[in-house]
Amino acid sequence: MSTDSATGEANRSLASRLRSRFEGPNTIGESRGFWVGFVVAVAALAVYPAFGDGSQLSLFMVLALLGLSLSIVWGYSGVLSFGQVVFFGIGAYTFGVVSINFATPGGITAAVVAGIAGGGVSAAILGYFMFYGGVRDVYVTIITLVSTIVMHTFMAQTAGSEWAIGEAALGGFNGMPDIPVLTLGVEGASYQFMYNPFPMRVIGIGSFEISPFYYLVLLLLVGTYLGLRILVNSDYGRVMVAVREDEDRTEMFGYNVTRVKFVVFTLGGALAGLSGVLYAARNVYIDPTVFSLLFATLPVIWVSIGGRKSLLGAVVATLAVEYLRISMAGELALVLLGTLLLVTILVLPSGFVPWLHEQLVETRLGPGEAGGADAPDASSEVSD
Amino acid sequence: MSDTETESEVDSLGPNVRQTAAELATGDRTETLLQTDGLVKQFGGFTATDDVDFSVAEGELRCLIGPNGAGKSTLLNLITGSYEATDGSIYYNGHDITDLDPHERVSRGISMKFQVPSVYGDLSVRENVRLPVQQFADGEKRRRLVAEAIEVAGLTGYEDVDAGQLSHGQQQQLEIGMAAALEPDLLLLDEPVAGLDVAEREAIAERITRLNEEQGIAFVVIEHDTDFVASIAEEVTVLHNGEVFREGPIEEIESDPEVQRIYLGGES
Repeated sequence: MSTDSATGEANRSLASRLRSRFEGPNTIGESRGFWVGFVVAVAALAVYPAFGDGSQLSLFMVLALLGLSLSIVWGYSGVLSFGQVVFFGIGAYTFGVVSINFATPGGITAAVVAGIAGGGVSAAILGYFMFYGGVRDVYVTIITLVSTIVMHTFMAQTAGSEWAIGEAALGGFNGMPDIPVLTLGVEGASYQFMYNPFPMRVIGIGSFEISPFYYLVLLLLVGTYLGLRILVNSDYGRVMVAVREDEDRTEMFGYNVTRVKFVVFTLGGALAGLSGVLYAARNVYIDPTVFSLLFATLPVIWVSIGGRKSLLGAVVATLAVEYLRISMAGELALVLLGTLLLVTILVLPSGFVPWLHEQLVETRLGPGEAGGADAPDASSEVSD
Repeated sequence: MSDTETESEVDSLGPNVRQTAAELATGDRTETLLQTDGLVKQFGGFTATDDVDFSVAEGELRCLIGPNGAGKSTLLNLITGSYEATDGSIYYNGHDITDLDPHERVSRGISMKFQVPSVYGDLSVRENVRLPVQQFADGEKRRRLVAEAIEVAGLTGYEDVDAGQLSHGQQQQLEIGMAAALEPDLLLLDEPVAGLDVAEREAIAERITRLNEEQGIAFVVIEHDTDFVASIAEEVTVLHNGEVFREGPIEEIESDPEVQRIYLGGES
C-alpha cells in the first residue's frame, strides 16, 4: 500500500513538474480546467474534417503559425515587426525553388528544411543590421515595413525568363506554379501529405475523406504552441518579457538585450518560414501577394485582436479573423478588419483572449480576491 | 608574473591605480574600485561633464550632490555605459572599461538604480527579483536569494503583487533590492528617496547602510537632500557645471560658503 502511495506521489510529482514547464505568468491557463479545455479543443480540431471544410481550416492553422511568430517577436519581446511576411514569403519561395529543382522525396524534405532556414537566415541578416546597428522602437517597424514593400516590388518584376533558379522560374506577378506535392522522407520510405486522402467511415456520420496534410499542420501547430509556452515561461522567456517592458533596465541587469532581440527575431523568422513552407505546400503555388501590404498587416491584426501578450490569443484570433475574412471576402471584409482592430485598441487594448481569461478568473474567484498592494497575502507560497 | 605581463597590466590601469603599480607587482591590491580619468561628455554643443576625475574606494559610501544640470546623472550613466564618453577613461578594479557595453560592466560588478523607478510593472514582485537572480543561481539557491532580495526590499508578503501596483516608495525599495540582488561591488543610486516621505526615507537609508556594512557594497548615491546625505555618507563629491567642485567630509561641504552659494542657495 505504502509503495503504491509512494509511486502515486512520484507520478503526481512528475506530472506536476512536467505541467509546470508549460505554465507561468507569461501564459494564460494554469488550471486543470484549462488543460481539459485544451485537450477538448485539439480533439475538436482533430474531428473537424468529418463535419466541415478541413482544407480551409488547414490554411488558417498554417497562418496561425505566422501569428505565433509575431506573438513572440512583438508580444513577448516588444519588437513590432511588419516583416514577418518577408520571412514567410522567403520560406515559401525557398521551398518552391528547392523542391522544383529536387523533386524527389528527399529533395522535397530538404526543401522544407531549406524554407525554414531561409526564413530564419533572412531574419537573422535583417535583425543583425537593425539591432546591432542600434535601431530601436518604431524605426524597427518602419524598416520591416519597408522590407515587405521592397520584396513585393522585387518579386513582382521577376517575370522574365532570366529570373529562374535552375528549373524554377520565379514568375513575377504570375507566381511560381507546379510546386511538387509535399512528400516527406527519402526514396523508398516517404509519405505524401497532399492529394493523398484516406477514406474514413464512422457510424452515425457516414463516409468522408481526411487529408494527411491537415493532421500534419495540426500536429505542428499544437507542437509549436506548446514549445513556445515552454520558451516564454522559461528563464529566457522572462528575459524576453523584461526586454519588452524596459530595455535599459534589463541591460542594467547584465543581459545582452541586443542579442536577445536578435535571437528572438531569428526564431520568429524561422517560424514564419515554416508557415510559408506549409502555405506554399498547401497551395502548390506561391506569388508575390504574400509580400503585399495587406498581407503584411494581417499578422498585426490577428495578434492585436487576440492579445499580443498571449500565444493562445494569436492562434484563436488568426483562426477566427481569417474565417471571417474569407467568409465575407471583398471590400466589406477589409472594413470589418479595420473596425475590429479599432474596437480592440479602444476597448480591449490587451486583446480579446486575455480579457476573456480575466473575466473567467474573476467569476471563479469572486470580486475582491484578486489581491493588491494594500492587501498582501502574507501566506503566499514562495515557489520558483 | 613576468615583467612583460606586469607592464601590460600596468598600462591598462588608471592614474590613481598606476601610482600603486609597484604594489600590484608585489601582490598588494589597490583599494580603488572605480576611477574616472578626465571624463568628458558632450551633447551637441553642451558639455554635461568636463574633465571629471572621480574615484570610489572598495566598500565606500559616497554621495554625489550638486544643483540641477551639474552632470550627476550623466556621470552615473557614463559609469554604467548607458552614455558613451566623448573623451576620458573609466577604470574599474584596475581595468579600462570605457569601451565595454553596459551589460558587460554589470557582469564585472556594477549595478544601478535609475532616477525614475524602473521596475517591470506587469510582472509580480517575485518575477521582478528573479530576473537578476536567475543569471547566477538555480533551484534552492535561487529561491533563497529571491526571498532574501524581497526581504532586503522590505516587501515580504508582496511577492505576488504586480510591481506596477506598488506605491512609489515601494517601487524605489524594490528596485534597490533588485539592483542589490546582483551582488555587485558597486551600486549606483540615482535619487533613491525622491518623492518619498520621512519614514520611507529612513527605511531606504537603513537599507543602504545595511547593504554597505553587511555586504561591503560600495555606493555612489545622487541626492539633493543634505540631511539624507548626512545620514548615510561621510564623503561627498559636489559637481557644478559638469566639473568636480568640492570633495570632502559632509560637515565641511555643508559649511563651505562656495557650496552654499552654488548649491544651497545661501549667501556667498
